[in-house]
Amino acid sequence: MKTMNVLEVGRRLGRLGVTLGATLATQAALAVGDLPGGPAVNQIDLHPPVTKIATEQMWLHNFMMIICLVIFVAVFGVMFYSIFKHRKSRGAVPANFHESVKVEIAWTLTPFIIVIFMALPATKVVVAMKDTTNADLTIKATGYQWKWGYDYIKGEGEGLGFVSTLDTAQREMSNEGKPQGDNYLLKVDNPLVVPVGKKVRIITTANDVIHAWMVPAFGVKQDAIPGFVRDTWFRAEKTGDFYGQCAELCGKEHAYMPIHVKVLSAADYSAWVDGKKKEMAAKADDPAKVWKQEDLVARGEKVYAANCAACHKADGKGAGPIKALDGSPVVLNEDKLKQISVLLNGQNNGAMPAWKQLSDTELAAVITYTKNSWSNKTGQGVQPAEVLAARK
Amino acid sequence: MSAVLDHHGHDVHDHDHDHHAPSGWRRWVFATNHKDIGTLYLLFSFTMLMIGGILALCIRAELFQPGLQFFNPELFNQFTTMHGLIMVFGAIMPAFVGFANWMIPLQVGAADMAFARMNNFSFWLLIPAAIMLVSLFFMPGGAPAAGWTLYAPLTLQMGPSMDAGIFAMHIMGASSIMGSINIIVTILNMRAPGMTLMKMPMFCWTWLITAYLLIAVMPVLAGAITMTLTDRHFGTSFFSPAGGGDPVMYQHIFWFFGHPEVYIMILPAFGIVSQIVPAFSRKKLFGYASMVYATASIAILSFIVWAHHMFSTGMPVTGQLFFMYATMLIAVPTAVKIFNWIATMWRGSMTFETPMLFAVGFIFVFTMGGFTGLILAMAPVDIQLQDTYYVVAHFHYVLVAGSLYALFAGVYYWGPKWTGVMYSETRGKIHFWGSLIFFNVTFFPMHFLGLAGMPRRYADYPMQFTDFNAIASVGAFGFGLMQVYFFLFVVVPMMRGKGEKAPQRPWTDPDGKGAEGLEWEVPSPAPFHTFETPPKLNAAATKIIG
Repeated sequence: MKTMNVLEVGRRLGRLGVTLGATLATQAALAVGDLPGGPAVNQIDLHPPVTKIATEQMWLHNFMMIICLVIFVAVFGVMFYSIFKHRKSRGAVPANFHESVKVEIAWTLTPFIIVIFMALPATKVVVAMKDTTNADLTIKATGYQWKWGYDYIKGEGEGLGFVSTLDTAQREMSNEGKPQGDNYLLKVDNPLVVPVGKKVRIITTANDVIHAWMVPAFGVKQDAIPGFVRDTWFRAEKTGDFYGQCAELCGKEHAYMPIHVKVLSAADYSAWVDGKKKEMAAKADDPAKVWKQEDLVARGEKVYAANCAACHKADGKGAGPIKALDGSPVVLNEDKLKQISVLLNGQNNGAMPAWKQLSDTELAAVITYTKNSWSNKTGQGVQPAEVLAARK
Repeated sequence: MSAVLDHHGHDVHDHDHDHHAPSGWRRWVFATNHKDIGTLYLLFSFTMLMIGGILALCIRAELFQPGLQFFNPELFNQFTTMHGLIMVFGAIMPAFVGFANWMIPLQVGAADMAFARMNNFSFWLLIPAAIMLVSLFFMPGGAPAAGWTLYAPLTLQMGPSMDAGIFAMHIMGASSIMGSINIIVTILNMRAPGMTLMKMPMFCWTWLITAYLLIAVMPVLAGAITMTLTDRHFGTSFFSPAGGGDPVMYQHIFWFFGHPEVYIMILPAFGIVSQIVPAFSRKKLFGYASMVYATASIAILSFIVWAHHMFSTGMPVTGQLFFMYATMLIAVPTAVKIFNWIATMWRGSMTFETPMLFAVGFIFVFTMGGFTGLILAMAPVDIQLQDTYYVVAHFHYVLVAGSLYALFAGVYYWGPKWTGVMYSETRGKIHFWGSLIFFNVTFFPMHFLGLAGMPRRYADYPMQFTDFNAIASVGAFGFGLMQVYFFLFVVVPMMRGKGEKAPQRPWTDPDGKGAEGLEWEVPSPAPFHTFETPPKLNAAATKIIG
């Protein structure tokens, strides 16, 4: 048993050696700079605050650090003095005292008073942090495995909604072990956009498991809990880009669902809202439209790459517990409703999540794509209207 | 391997003449002797420490640089999950039970543990549980990957290994409860005449309180994971939102177990340190009574602070404030303990053999973990640090530099009594300094990563975090190597009986100053049977008279 452990450790060490060599070799490729609004290289403190709450948190943290350091130095100063002075090798003779009620009371009360002194400023911040009333803009952030959905519920931009996913190239770089760029793993396709100086209330919820919406520069971290809504808020005092990542273990792609918030001036924000509204109107698909098979497959390929390939893989083979789509009896089934129902409702307790948040057209396209890709040659096509009919 | 234990074999010591202890494998499988069972526990926990350590090194190897090098994220999550479960339930907890088995009967002057056969059963239950835990990796879909906290509803998505994992934890829980009953009954009913509760060694006191904590909270964990099981298979919806369940309720139940659990892992460590510091300061423990009260207050407070693990779930203001205040209160009894240890050292006559080094190292580094705990208790700051590497740094400062260091201190302190052989002081010192340095190299940079916002349980990270991760990985491999060194160069020689013969009182000066307690009243190595008739004690209940 002991030899096995040694061998195991030895093997790991060997690997680390290889990695070390590889790192040195690729040091140039790993060059990285600070990301404004995101982490700085070898940052050792909280992010520079951009909201009042984050400023308060930083102050509290510094305040605690100072008190703790003073106590630490005082207490261990005494201990190390004793260690150097009262050692047998210096001829120290042990004293006999081992009890003193007065001293005991004193050093029970002192820490008690110190913690009260610490709790007072913290209380103020807790109360301020939890006050989500009178928001100028309310946005719902929904955690999905593994992306964020944003819906503008109230305020300027009401009605807007989109999904924010990690840029695909980032995930590929990660897989290849060749990361690049200051915004590695933080770059998304559609950042959340908010106006500067406005109180933004974020309502969080989730579709499958618990996620957490975090932006360190705003001092915000709020779990997104399926079946429940929670809220938090921030008022950004600066324009710019700010980054965070999912902070609650949510499955295998946990590290790959970042948060990017773009803070714009009031005018830029209004312009963005207008543009986004037009874009959404143009993109909206009419579920009654009848599509040609090759258009559906072409559209489906894009939907597949954005939503399905992370688990089922580009070749449809799946991996481990993830079922293969290539040759899957559900996909090949004559009864198209079988696959439609899996996509709308999920399967295996949510291991395959429900995808009802996708549009009828997107679902129809991706089903058609899987039915006619790799070795699957069913020739079947699913029209958006069929998906719409199955939604109940 | 079994040499240590051959010292206790039948023909070495006079009073074993009439004893027909089974030999060979029967001695271990049918073991009812508290010393043999203690040894089994300790060897078991060290094995699990190595397995959990290998998983930790897999994690650190993957995180050595950004990008995925060795493992896919799914397997990575399995490593973090199983590292946590194995270390908590397989390494730290059984190691303290091993110490309890060896030392409690010796310290209270009892012939053995109260329920010798149940003692055997509670150890041997651990073996199938451990085999099951390790074999989870080879089940379809791999091991559970929901984190050691097993948060719903992620657990509802796991493969069949989740069910096996739940089963394994049930078995370990049953084993812990039986162990605790045994310890409570032994301490309350089997003390030698004259050893009143308030004369008991601190290690017995801390274990008595720990055993009550275990009995109180292990069933709570069992409830939480059973509800997970029925949600997975029997159509209930305790935690599944689709059926109207509440995922946050799981967290409340889990942490109602989980917070007392962390004190279960640290209170016996306080006990060991409270024995060692007075011995090497050649002074009595300062404020014995206040130490007992402080331990009890920590245990009681541990039941009302659980939701500080959940500040980011979004509690009402009053909830956050209550749990913040209650948590900060724990700093008070903990500070009292630290002050008492330092007052014990003050104007003592100290020497720094390895047990004392580990005890002082414990006080120093554990206190750092205590301070980061205080910072995390502040709800507004916790919002920044929750689920980041800061938390990882914090709990490794209290569980590795806390519990594990105290365990090492205990092995060096009582090892001579167990084996009859002195360890090599040089090797002990190498082990201590190596562990201390590599520990800090590994975990100190994690504070920075957490403050900078790197979330925990990430298989890959933005490149700005690279350097601190690389340093932590190097430190982790160093720390792992030091523990292999400890096994090969300290533990194995002692077990083989190689080394200087240990005197009966290795830590007592000729003038009688130093270690006190009944365990030093028996020869080294401790004979197979001790205190067969209740000893007659002096007034302080530290020595046998007549």
